Amino acid sequence: MHNFDFVKPSSVADAVRAMSAEGAQALSGGQTLLPTMKQRLAAPAVLVSLTGIADTRGVCLDNGALSVGGATTHAVVASEARRYYPALADLAGGIGDPAVRSRGTIGGSLANNDPSACYPAAVLASGATILTDRRRIAADDFFQGMFSTALHDGEIITGVLFPIPEKAAYVKFNQPASRFALTGVFVAKYGSGVRVAVTGASTDGVFRWTEAERALSASFTPAAIAGLSLPSDGMIADLHGSAAYRANLAKVLTGRGVASAH
Amino acid sequence: MPKDGGIGASTVRREDIRFLTGKGRYTADINLRGQAYACFLRSEVAHGRINKIDTAEARAMPGVLAVMTGADFAAMGGNPAGWHIPSRNGDAMKEPKRPVLAHGKVRHVGDAYAVVVAETLEQARDAAGAVVADITELPAVVDMAQAVANPDLRVHDEIANNVCFDWGWIEDNRAAVDAAFKAAPHVTTLELVNNRLVPNAMEPRASIGDYDPGTGDYKLYTTSQNPHLSRLLIAAFVMGIPENKLTVIAPDVGGGFGSKIYHYGEEAAVLAASKALNRPVKWVADRSESFLSDAHGRDHVTRIELATDLEGNFLALRTETLANVGAYLSNFSTATPTFLHGTLMAGPYRTPLVYVNVKAVFTNTAPVDAYRGAGRPEATFSIERVVDKMCRELKLDPVAVRRKNLIQPDQYPYTTPVGLVYDTGNYPATLDKLIEIADFSGFEARRAESAKRGKLRGLGLSTWIEACGIAPSNLVGVLGARVGLYDAATVRVNATGNISVMTGAHSHGQGHETVFAQIVSDKLGIPASSIDIVHGDTSKIPFGMGSYGSRSLAVGGTAMVKAVDKIIAKGKKIAAHMLEAAEGDIVFEDGKFSVTGTDKAKTFGEIAFSAYVPHNYPLETLEPGLEETAFYDPANFTYPAGAYACEVEVDAETGRVEIASFACADDFGNVMNPMIVNGQVHGGVAQGIGQALLEAAAYDDNGQLLTGSYMDYAMPRADDLPMFTVDHSCNTPCTHNPLGVKGCGEAGAIGSPPAVVNAVIDALHRGGHTHVTHIDMPLTPSRVWSAIQN
Ligand SMILES: Cc1cc2nc3c(=O)[nH]c(=O)nc-3n(C[C@H](O)[C@H](O)[C@H](O)COP(=O)(O)OP(=O)(O)OC[C@H]3O[C@@H](n4cnc5c(N)ncnc54)[C@H](O)[C@@H]3O)c2cc1C
Repeated sequence: MHNFDFVKPSSVADAVRAMSAEGAQALSGGQTLLPTMKQRLAAPAVLVSLTGIADTRGVCLDNGALSVGGATTHAVVASEARRYYPALADLAGGIGDPAVRSRGTIGGSLANNDPSACYPAAVLASGATILTDRRRIAADDFFQGMFSTALHDGEIITGVLFPIPEKAAYVKFNQPASRFALTGVFVAKYGSGVRVAVTGASTDGVFRWTEAERALSASFTPAAIAGLSLPSDGMIADLHGSAAYRANLAKVLTGRGVASAH
Repeated sequence: MPKDGGIGASTVRREDIRFLTGKGRYTADINLRGQAYACFLRSEVAHGRINKIDTAEARAMPGVLAVMTGADFAAMGGNPAGWHIPSRNGDAMKEPKRPVLAHGKVRHVGDAYAVVVAETLEQARDAAGAVVADITELPAVVDMAQAVANPDLRVHDEIANNVCFDWGWIEDNRAAVDAAFKAAPHVTTLELVNNRLVPNAMEPRASIGDYDPGTGDYKLYTTSQNPHLSRLLIAAFVMGIPENKLTVIAPDVGGGFGSKIYHYGEEAAVLAASKALNRPVKWVADRSESFLSDAHGRDHVTRIELATDLEGNFLALRTETLANVGAYLSNFSTATPTFLHGTLMAGPYRTPLVYVNVKAVFTNTAPVDAYRGAGRPEATFSIERVVDKMCRELKLDPVAVRRKNLIQPDQYPYTTPVGLVYDTGNYPATLDKLIEIADFSGFEARRAESAKRGKLRGLGLSTWIEACGIAPSNLVGVLGARVGLYDAATVRVNATGNISVMTGAHSHGQGHETVFAQIVSDKLGIPASSIDIVHGDTSKIPFGMGSYGSRSLAVGGTAMVKAVDKIIAKGKKIAAHMLEAAEGDIVFEDGKFSVTGTDKAKTFGEIAFSAYVPHNYPLETLEPGLEETAFYDPANFTYPAGAYACEVEVDAETGRVEIASFACADDFGNVMNPMIVNGQVHGGVAQGIGQALLEAAAYDDNGQLLTGSYMDYAMPRADDLPMFTVDHSCNTPCTHNPLGVKGCGEAGAIGSPPAVVNAVIDALHRGGHTHVTHIDMPLTPSRVWSAIQN
């Protein structure tokens, strides 16, 4: 690890100011950033810790939607979101291990937008809104391909607003080594229709399977998608699975998600 | 039996107290006054010509004490191969020099070509970033078939076709084997890959070199499974230091699985740097370095053929194997695919004719060497897979076929067609036991229940044998070993009656400190708590060969028992004098020397005291003191054997395999501590399941390691594994060592992979996917799903 300065502001405004320094980078749970720094693959000059800002932490209801602060850990979402949005709590409770969950945060996960991360699937399938220090970004506009988002330099995720579905499920198929999602599917049924988001599968990062959404909006049953298939073009192919395999997984997991939605 | 547990007691492991409370003392925990820190520069290309290494800028960086490159070590010797394996045409094997640091060329990603030493580790790393290496990348040789076929691709310029040796075993049998195949009613052929593995000991390698300019003595603290062997290699072959001027200390070592048997260049580099700087130099590998530079395991590509009659009686077996040795020969790399593999190709069966051909192939990958089981897992996997395939082809019951081909209990000693003599065993008994403990008769009901949940259930079997307790020196000498494989122990009884045992075996997690003390306690009637087991320091212990090949108890333990016998014999002489009786009338029992038929007796403590305070002592005929050393060279290998069963559930939609149950019926000879034996089997089976389902070291075509971290290299975790059912009640004690022990350290890793794969193939067949005859390990969800699709 190279040397760096460390600041821990207690308000969003102070954090934004701190982020304007040369070489500043946001630090949330550090579960992605710190290993990268230890391997000397990243060397920020200033780390701006976001975990000291009280109003970006915790879970509450906000006009019928679930509001999750940007610096809320996976462990807190797993326990406190359960009574409002159990599928989201399930997802958070399935990330990494207890150590990762008690430090890693939703804001860090979304800002990073790892193509195999879990949260992007929930955010996209829920049609959630990402709140930043300066604006609100719809989930459909936020994710812009692997490790790429609509965030500007220095922009800080302060929270996420999740409309609460009637029923939902996240079905994750573990990559055997990392246990990130080899493929994961989040299915959410709203009065307005069904949304299906797939993570881990596409070289473009998380995406909506709109064909399945249409079929499931008409009939929320596994049988409704039986005749559909996802093309393997554009799917990730690596040691852990071919493109065709991931396309198959996305479909199988969607069916299982529909069957287990609660 | 002594009150805190003798032979056969499940004594809890005394070393766990320090390990579990963070009081272990590993190499990285040792900090010497004034120590400097080393950071190695490692090749980022698999193959390259070193044009120039510019160290000027690095040398000028803050805190930098030295920068050394391959040129600084060019005059030193190479790290040698421990076995010479001649080709079947009589040619000597090809032994390219393995330098301390790469010189002229780099030959695999991770090949170290320079080392920076600085006041702090961060300074060393910073300066390493400032070393400018001008390396021209050359085409990499990664695939073995290509390496052998293409004379223009060379890992070592002087070795055409990259073949180290082309070994036939036993060459004289070849014609008869070929003839048997021609005449056979049925031949089953299987091409398979034994996947390359990274050992992944929990503790990465680490070394501290400490040169004392006052005495000219060198000390090396290092993560070694055999400190004396490392000393010998460094002293006599690599650095030319007199052996008496080098002490090697392997303190607590956090697992090895083979990877810490070998001497590595980093050890010589820190010693040389310490001498140059007159201060200790420390290096601790990080996990990424371990992935790139520890010796890997397995990596065979094999074609195996089994000739049978139509009832499944084995007539002949023939294999052709390409064995990857990587870029350089690691110390046991040539023995592993030959004498630890070819000689096991009879398995537990009466196959009358066997011929094995192995070509060892250089590639631009990390060196490959012995890894838990070493050659025997490869042999067992090939045999047990081809037997299962034959059973399917001929529609025969895999249990019945194995049963009728097993060597029978009245056939010992049994001479195999591949040069071993099994001293004892009872393979049908372990198979029967397995069928009972794995509840074969309930399988159909379990299968039906799985089917209700949409899962395909399968049952797989393997009957295995291994040769361990390595090894009779005269035999291995004939076979090409350049070392002896005896072991040694010193039993020192102190004046107050407690005991220090110095053993040549090395415990790096196995529990020797507990078990060895149990044995001495049992033999001498002294509480185990009064007995200390000392290991790992060449300045304290007699010259031993360390721990690997499930040899610690069978060889090192026997040396210890022989030293104990000498103590008892001397004690009798002292007792005879003190009790004024004839030596022949003294009996030793329960810690007491007594005159037979009388109540006259002296306790062990009184005898020990008398040996050190010899006031009433036969000084004219007997030396004072009570300390004995014994060396023991085994008369034969030991032959643990067993039968394993695995049940799996396959999710055909995703290809995911779940292990539903795993049962082991083993014959380890006499068992000293059943709890520790269970633990060894659990760990071995976990590694075997890891190989079968999860683990693979994969290089791309350019020789880049694709699985260089735990993000991509899948280690088995507790929730990947079932509860294990382990039985070792079917014992046939080894006939040629006094404890009757055979060894259990590698068994689990040897017997389990074929049981898992056989179970998955069985599940797929029962599920109607009968086109799947084989899937190469690891059976990842993606591979299993793809096999089902095709
Ligand atoms: C062993 C292990 C297993 C894991 N398994 C999973 C898994 O199964 N599924 C999964 O989804 N994830 C997994 N993760 C990743 C984990 O969820 C991380 O916590 C997450 O990806 C990053 O969150 P963080 O709070 O730790 O962010 P950090 O590491 O602190 O930051 C990550 C990046 O986001 C930026 N950033 C952080 N917070 C903000 C913010 N509020 N606004 C803008 N930018 C910000 C940082 O500058 C940095 O670039 C795993 C991680 C580990 C170490």
